[in-house]
Order: sequence, then structure tokens, then C-alpha cells
Amino acid sequence: MGLDFSILPAYADILWQGTLWTIALTVLSMVFSLAGGVVFAVLQLSRHAIIRWPVAGFAWLFMGTPLLLQLFLIYFGLVQIGLDLNAFVAGVIALSLHFAVYNSEIIRSAIVAVDKGQYEAARSLGLSQFQAMRKAIVPQAVANVTPALGNMMIALLKESALVSVIGVMELTLSAQRAISDSFRPFEFYIAAGAIYYVLNLGLEQAVRVAERRSAQYR
Amino acid sequence: MDFALIGRIWPFFAEAAWVTIEVSMLAIILGLILGFAAALASLSRNVLLRWPARAYVSVFRGTPALIQLFLLYFGGPQIGINLGPFEAGVIGLGINIGAYMCETIRGAILSVDKGQTEAGRCLGLGQAQVMRRVILPQAARMMVRPLGVNAIALIKGSAIVSTISVLELSYTAHRYISSTYKPFEMFILASIFYLAIVTVFSFGVKKIDERVALES
Repeated sequence: MGLDFSILPAYADILWQGTLWTIALTVLSMVFSLAGGVVFAVLQLSRHAIIRWPVAGFAWLFMGTPLLLQLFLIYFGLVQIGLDLNAFVAGVIALSLHFAVYNSEIIRSAIVAVDKGQYEAARSLGLSQFQAMRKAIVPQAVANVTPALGNMMIALLKESALVSVIGVMELTLSAQRAISDSFRPFEFYIAAGAIYYVLNLGLEQAVRVAERRSAQYR
Repeated sequence: MDFALIGRIWPFFAEAAWVTIEVSMLAIILGLILGFAAALASLSRNVLLRWPARAYVSVFRGTPALIQLFLLYFGGPQIGINLGPFEAGVIGLGINIGAYMCETIRGAILSVDKGQTEAGRCLGLGQAQVMRRVILPQAARMMVRPLGVNAIALIKGSAIVSTISVLELSYTAHRYISSTYKPFEMFILASIFYLAIVTVFSFGVKKIDERVALES
């Protein structure tokens, strides 16, 4: 069976829908994983071991196991406890939790890396604990974390393909549907790969802009 | 938590863990070979070497590993490449991680001070000799840990070969979730094996790192 890429336009619609779902899935998971990353980082910096330890244990478990396995746990686990969420929601939860753990490691080390003197100086200038955090520590930490978080977000886009295994009709599963209709895997995986590549280029550009913007606080 | 069930089925997970180890280690070896070749090619002055190496890295880091795997396994037969699940898994994962390893190796080579190359050349060494005797021994020190990070990412990433029905840990976990409806137990059981593999591997990387640091 030779290759015939002229078949692709007939399935442009399904691939386009899949692309939109992949974008929605990725953007939602990015937002939640960044918010979750901040929450986990703050909890892990807590003075109380009872808060610190469970979070550290969860982070250790999620950093040491494959995303695919976490996806199975969340999708089938939620069904088992009676929460019959649809696959898209389960996919967003799994991607968000997985990347929140990685983000929190980056955020935590960035907060710790800001010189302690900065905090003390802000405090002795009369800023409150909260103000010192917001005006002195956070802007510097943001400049430090942006490149690493950017890399995580780029990884998230690519890993989002995994949620196709629990039946989310994103780009990868859309390609599979087109394949089961046309019996042309090569052409459609090349097409899906090309779309991911373009999305990836766009995201890389966005990350570069964010890096430049945040660098001014350094 | 159904401990009786775990006690009954853990041997199947242990068997599957071996498959995960085999797939991962073979893919890591393939990735190292490809990564080294691509790193040297991408640092070459010859456009015919540099350009394909950059394209390889860009394409394989710019698209999902899952798509690459599906393209190889399901699309391969269309262009005359017929591979079994295990072979396709190893080759697909290896080509993917090779692109990441290329960047790690390239970075380590570039981080060696330029004066070292110049000094080597001044002493009359050829370009290849400078690379082999001056640059690589110094770069080796800097690449062990980041390559270890790449390799650990691959061990966890190897779970995706379950989608092309390689009977490894994640495939086994999925199968038992479907038949027992105990996702939590299966997750814990598979996690124990993944964590054990990653922990032992990290220890090995640390030992290699110490050895390399000692020698150079």
C-alpha cells in the first residue's frame, strides 16, 4: 500500500476539531497545573510537618510514576468512588496534578533561591510579611522560574496526547478515528504530528516572550 | 485496599516489570548512540551533517512520543517497515529519547571552554583528536547526571508502549483494572515497581557520576 496524502483534506474537519480539543485541554491543564504548583510549593514550605509531609509524599509518588498510570488511576478511580466524570475532565485533572507536582518543585526552589537578605531588607523597610513576599520575593522568583516552567508547559502540550487512551477526542484520537475509517495510519499520524509541531512552535514563541517580559524583574 | 488480591497477582507485575526494564534499557542504549551521533553531527561545520541532526532534534522533540510510536508501529507497514510491538517500542522510544539526549550531550560539549580546543589545536592535535582527547573527557563529567535525568524520564515514559500492546507494567495494570475494577490497588502495585526501578537506576547513575568525576 503506497502513500496517498491527498486523502487528508476529506478529514480536515475531524482533525480541526481534535486540534481545538487539544488546545482546550492543554490551556486548561496549564492554568490548573501552575495554580496547583504554587499551592503545593507554598504547602511544602510550611513550618508544620503535618502539612509538609503528605504533600511531599504525594509529590514523590507522582514524580516517580508514569503519567499514563496516573491517568488510569484518576479516570477509573473516580468512576469507582461514584464520580462518573467524563474523560475530558479526568484528563484535565490528571495532566494538571502531574504537572503541578513538577511545577511546584521548580517554584519551591526558586522561592528558596531568592536571597534571604531580600526578605529581611523588605521587612526592615517596614513592609509586612505578605507585602515583602509580594513585592520583593515573588517578582524575583518569577524571573527565575519562567524558563523552567515554560519547558514544563511545552512538555504538557506533547504529553496531552496520552489522554487519547481514556477516550478524550483530542488530536491523537481524532487521527485514530480518521484512520479506522480510511485505513491510512501513516498519512494521518504524519498530519497529526505536523499539527502538534506547529502548536509546539507557537507555544515556544509564547514562552520566549514570557521569558523576556519576566526577565526585567531580575 | 484489597491485600489478598495484591498478594495473588503481584508475580504478574514482577514479570511485567522485567519487560519494562528490558524495553527501557535497550531504548536508553539506542538513545545514547543516536544522541552522541546527532550531537557530534550538529556541532560539525559540514552542513550536510549539521542540518539533518538539527532537523532530527527539532522534529522528535517537537511532537508527542505517542504519535511517533504510532507512526512507526501502525504506519510503518505502509512503507515496508514491519516491526513487532517490542521492537517498535524499543526503536520508537530510543529515537525519541535520542533527540533529548543529543541536546544534553551538545550542551555539555559546548560548556567546555573554547580555549581548550584552541590549546589542543596549537599543540598540533587534529580536530578529531581534540574532540576525543580534550573535549569529550571534560564534557563527560557534565553529562552523566543530565543524561540520567533523560533516562529516568524514559523509564517512566516507557509506559506508552502499553498502547501498542507490549506486556509491560502499565499494560498489566490496565488489564487488571479492567478485570478487577480495583484501580487504586493496581496503581499502588505498579507504582512500587516503577519507584523501585527508578530508585535503583538513580543509584547507578550516581555511582557512574562519581566514577567519571574521579577519572577526569
